Amino acid sequence: MTSSHDGISRRSVLKGASAAAAAATFGFPAIVRAQSATSIKLGIPTILSGRVAQLGISSTNAVKMAVDEFNAAGGLDGRMIELLIRDTKAKPEEAARVVRDFINSEGVDVVFNCEASSASFAVQEVVREAGTFCTHCCSETSSLSADPAIHSENSFRFARQGIHDAVASATYAAEMGKKKGIKKWMAVSPDYAYGRDSVEQFFNVLQQVDPEAEIVGYGWPKLFEPDYTQIITQVLQKQPDAVYSALWGGDLVSFIDQGALYGLFSGIEFFGINLADYTTMSAVRELPEGLHSGTRYIAAFPDTEANHAFDAAYHERWGDHPTNWAWQSAAGIDFLIAAIKETGSTDSGALAEAMRGMKRPSPFGADGTLTMRAEDQTVVNYALGWGTTVPKEPFLIDIASTDWSTVYEFETAWKKSQGYI
Amino acid sequence: MDLAALGDCLGTSSCLIFQTVGGLKIGLLMFLVASGLTLIFGVLGVINFAHGSFYMLGAYLAWQTMALTDNFYLAVLAAALGVGLFGVLFERGFMSRVYRGDVLVQILLCYAFILILDDLVIIVWGEEFLSSLGIPDAFHRPPLFVGGAIVPVFHLFIIGFSTLVAVALWLFMTRTKWGKITRAAEQNPLMVSALGINTSLLFAGIFALGSLLAGLGGALAASERSISSGMGFSVVLESFIVTVIGGMGSIGGAFVAALLIGMTRSFGAIGFPLFTDGLMFVLMCLVLVLRPQGLMGRSGG
Repeated sequence: MTSSHDGISRRSVLKGASAAAAAATFGFPAIVRAQSATSIKLGIPTILSGRVAQLGISSTNAVKMAVDEFNAAGGLDGRMIELLIRDTKAKPEEAARVVRDFINSEGVDVVFNCEASSASFAVQEVVREAGTFCTHCCSETSSLSADPAIHSENSFRFARQGIHDAVASATYAAEMGKKKGIKKWMAVSPDYAYGRDSVEQFFNVLQQVDPEAEIVGYGWPKLFEPDYTQIITQVLQKQPDAVYSALWGGDLVSFIDQGALYGLFSGIEFFGINLADYTTMSAVRELPEGLHSGTRYIAAFPDTEANHAFDAAYHERWGDHPTNWAWQSAAGIDFLIAAIKETGSTDSGALAEAMRGMKRPSPFGADGTLTMRAEDQTVVNYALGWGTTVPKEPFLIDIASTDWSTVYEFETAWKKSQGYI
Repeated sequence: MDLAALGDCLGTSSCLIFQTVGGLKIGLLMFLVASGLTLIFGVLGVINFAHGSFYMLGAYLAWQTMALTDNFYLAVLAAALGVGLFGVLFERGFMSRVYRGDVLVQILLCYAFILILDDLVIIVWGEEFLSSLGIPDAFHRPPLFVGGAIVPVFHLFIIGFSTLVAVALWLFMTRTKWGKITRAAEQNPLMVSALGINTSLLFAGIFALGSLLAGLGGALAASERSISSGMGFSVVLESFIVTVIGGMGSIGGAFVAALLIGMTRSFGAIGFPLFTDGLMFVLMCLVLVLRPQGLMGRSGG
């Protein structure tokens, strides 16, 4: 009995062991599959508090719209997209910590990065190490995708870029310069990396396309400066024909309000690259007519049915107009969903392969399409232009589109000058 | 550094007038806020580091009144009175309990209020900046040309109004009974109390007046500055510099110092465009080294 008992016991132990072994061989991946089948996890680090919270909120708004549509249509064979949204307060170290947590603890499939520039570089470092698939939807700093030293096979940028904007601004400015006889230029730009880079790139391209353009002075107000009187008087003393500015948000609004008291804009052509954003234009007390602005996001450009439909749908759901960050995030999520559907997977390598060179119809494309350029994995052919302001909607009229072949030409030259290619 | 440009500017009437008016406007707005800070310090001996937040509160209250009534003057009045009232509550409810405490406790209390008020305005008015109030309709006119210089009419109003406030403050301090009591309390609060004067009431009144000036400054500044949480920070720093240069507690000193800084910034922008803020701190350092009690402060103590 004892021995038979022993025998049975031994057999059952063996059985148990083999079952365990079988489970280990086949069962475990099955469990993993079963778990992940519940959702496709997107980790979104973004800015939800502080002075630019509106931008982070608009980014996630745009993503939610596309994701809800994807999930309502049944997801990917029943796998729904789950969004994990975290506030990083625009701090790079916090963004890096959040993304590490997304990857290590939450096991996200994709890091959908909606961070400003400084934090985006921190995010890029983390995803590059981990090999996680990543979309950058808000950083406009060109080197993020142009610099091969920080390139990652699995990172893609869906955002406008400083160098593209500089070409668009400078070619438009040169043309206006010819028309209006602008020779003397001055810059008024916030005193930090972005404000200074923007001015440098703008004047660099401007002096190539218009060798007669002369720079007569610079005004560098502090970021979040409340009073621009001294800058305005500086401009009026230098008497330039035109002013280029990369001021944005509340700072730009204050500058325009205060400058208008001096009649600044009746004698000087003003080129504000960040003016044509709904939050900014609607906040200016009396938006002067005839200021020049780059197109950040407005429903009137491109003036297509698709773009108006996007603006209307966004407005209906959120009671507000989209921002520049919103269209970029909308483009990013659209491409990502397309890649997920095309590959039927969330594998980083497969998604990256599908993404490289992908071309899709889009409300935000210069010709109704956007392209994810394969060589440096950044979006190109987006609607890019400059126009002049009017006090009421549509706020910007006479918008001239920038020719992308010109953009590519200067971009290549710039990349060479930086030693990137 | 562009000393040639500065020399040219000082030599031409148009530039001189232009920069002077700009400097007066910056300086007098600064005076409105700084006078409140220095008044409170002079009598109560505490530095209200939350003063910048009172300025911010003034801007928000003015914006709200403007949104409701569309009347600029009413907005300024409501902001001044509202912040004055808030100042009394703050003084009675919190500050008066730490007058005898450590300076560190006073600073921490003020700091707590800076953070609370910054968050409070976000909760009430949202995170996005608010647009400026705009200027009253009466001032919607092309700028004047004085001696070839552009002078916005509204800036003349700000300059005139702030000067009136300065004069009124001076008359109050030197010509009225309460002004005399206030000055006496600066010298010797115990004696004032012993003479049967209700110092608690006096302190609350002074705090109200100081806060009212901050609210007034905030409302007037909001006529052309966008409004946002945290906007008081740079202002309290500037006010503090004005107070130090002018002499802690001296209203006349604050007036001179604010104008000095306004001019430094205005003309500094021509001569030292990259060092305008630096000049302000150089000025403060010079005063601290050469005349530590400030331009018009009392020595010793």
